[in-house]
Formats: sequence, C-alpha cells, structure tokens
Amino acid sequence: MQAASIAVKQDPAVQYLLRIGDTVLILGQRLGEWAGHAPVLEEDIALTNIALDLVGQARAVLTHAGAIEGEGHDEDQLAFLRDERDYRNVTLVELPRGDFAVTVLRNTIVATFLRLLWLRLQQSADAELAAIAGKAVKEARYHQQHSADWVVRLAQGTEESRRRMLAAVDQLWRYTSELFASDAVDEHAARTGLGPAWSELKDPWEAEMAQVLAEAGIEMPKATPFLSTGKRGVHSEHMGYVLAEMQHLQRAFPGGAW
Amino acid sequence: MSDVKQEWPLWEVFVRSKTGLDHKHCGSLHAADAKMAIQMARDVYTRRQEGTSVWVVRSDHIVASDPGDKDMYFDPMEDKVYRHPTFYQLPKSVDHM
Repeated sequence: MQAASIAVKQDPAVQYLLRIGDTVLILGQRLGEWAGHAPVLEEDIALTNIALDLVGQARAVLTHAGAIEGEGHDEDQLAFLRDERDYRNVTLVELPRGDFAVTVLRNTIVATFLRLLWLRLQQSADAELAAIAGKAVKEARYHQQHSADWVVRLAQGTEESRRRMLAAVDQLWRYTSELFASDAVDEHAARTGLGPAWSELKDPWEAEMAQVLAEAGIEMPKATPFLSTGKRGVHSEHMGYVLAEMQHLQRAFPGGAW
Repeated sequence: MSDVKQEWPLWEVFVRSKTGLDHKHCGSLHAADAKMAIQMARDVYTRRQEGTSVWVVRSDHIVASDPGDKDMYFDPMEDKVYRHPTFYQLPKSVDHM
C-alpha cells in the first residue's frame, strides 16, 4: 500500500510557517547525508548534531502549522506526505550537499538568516511560535559560529581549500536573493504580528555575512537578477530526489514508527 | 593519512557536569586549534546534557608520571594509614567532618 498525498491549505499563516519548517527540514535532510562521510570523525558528529537540531525545529514548526491549518495533519504527514509543489522551503537548501566547502557556506548563509529570523519570532504574536523561537535561536547561534569558522578556515587555508570556498560562493550566492523576496505571505505575517517580512532581515544578514567574508578575505558578490522560487513551491530539479529518499519509508509503510 | 605529522593535534577534554564542582577528564579528540577543539568537545562530549563547562588542553602539554616509577612513587604510602585523619577525636562543635 502506498500512502496518498495530502493537500495543504493556502492560508497565509500556514504558508509562512511551512516556509520556515520546510527550510529547516530539507536542510536537516541534506546535512544528514554527511553521516559517516565528513572529513573527520569530530566534524561528522558536529554536522549531524546540526542536522538533528534542524529536524527538531522542523518537528515543532510543522506540528504548529498543522494545528493552525486545522485539518488534523500532524508533523509526519506534513513532512512526508506532501507533493513537491506543496513544499515551501527556499531553493538554496534543496541543492545537493556538494563538497565540504558548499556545505559549510550554505550552513553559514542559512544559520545567519535563521538566527535573525528566530530572534524576531521570539516577539511573535503567536505564543507557540515565540516559544519555539526561544529554543531555536540558541541552536542557530551555534550553527552560525561553527559554520562561519569553517568558511574562514577554508578560505584562509590551502590553495585547494580556498579554491573550493570561492567556487562555493560562486555557486550558492545567487540563491540568497530568495530569502529576502517579499510577497503577500510575508505582508500578512508582518501585518498580523506573526513574524517579520523576510525582506526586513536583509540588511542585518548582509552586515553579518560581510563580516564573515571579510575575515575570510572574500569579496562580497554582487546581487544577480536570478531569483529562485522554492518558497512558492516551484523547486529545482534536485527537490524530487531529496523527497524520494526522505519520503520513501512513510509512503511505503504509512504511519510507520519506531 | 600516511604522514602522521599532517594530522591535527590531540586534545584532552574535561567537562564539568551540572552537579559537579570539578572538571572531569572524559576523553580526547583531534582539532586544528584551541577554538576548534572547544567546539568539537561540545559536539562530541556534551550531546546528552553532560556539561555546563568544557576545558581542553593539548595532550602534549600534559606532563605525566612515568609508569615505570609507579612502585617508587606510590607504594611507600601503602603502610601509612595514619595519614588519614581518622585517628583523631573531634570536638563536638566540629560538625560534618
């Protein structure tokens, strides 16, 4: 038996929560791919610790999204039984894990963004979301520090590690614009006090990233016209593969648990 | 891997638990420098709420007694039980000794 897909309400509050929940969920899934493959044992544990933090955040946010939606969907159904178009993560996190430089740079970009977002969400009009943010902001702060240290180390390391870090910046930077592209979902969240429009986080994010890149001796790339669209459910060609692996068990054994 | 000198140095990790006053040795790890060692110690040794504080020290900075000197160093104390303060009558006013 195969579990059928569920459809999720287009309610803007639910969509806002799914953008957060799906972004941490998919990045957690991508980081989980490093288990057993990181360059050293210690970093293997560090990366999977981060992955588990993110999956924990996803559980809390998706559970809350399901409660607000009011259709009886729990965290597992939301995580594993939606179709690709119903996922609302930014495209950046679904890209393949790449090499270690791509991984630590992406973690830095996302953790810097998430820490700023969680900080603001601590003041959310939604008490449950504010409580989730209070816990998550501590995790994000560590993710940012740990990942940013690696960006600097690789950029200031050997010729090879610097070459890889520069390639990672070149590959990933164009996907950062999506984080700050505002639309009706953001406006609704800002108006109702659920959370900030993500565009409001652009300036502090750029300031923090500029600091990391300066330490790394890397010039901050110019913004490009390219705008990815994962937040609206239009994903890259990589998304289907992530979901196939992530959803397989729940699709094949609906409701399976251990 | 073939060249041992290429490996990151070894660090000893000490963790202070919530209830403990002292940092206890709990293991070792490899890290490139002190900053990384502290982060790795946090990730490797405090994942299950073991700690509230972490110390790391380069393993090659620890000076240890020679195992070959064990009999000379420690055996002479074997027959000097009187060095334990259990042979004295304490005044009543001294509690909880």
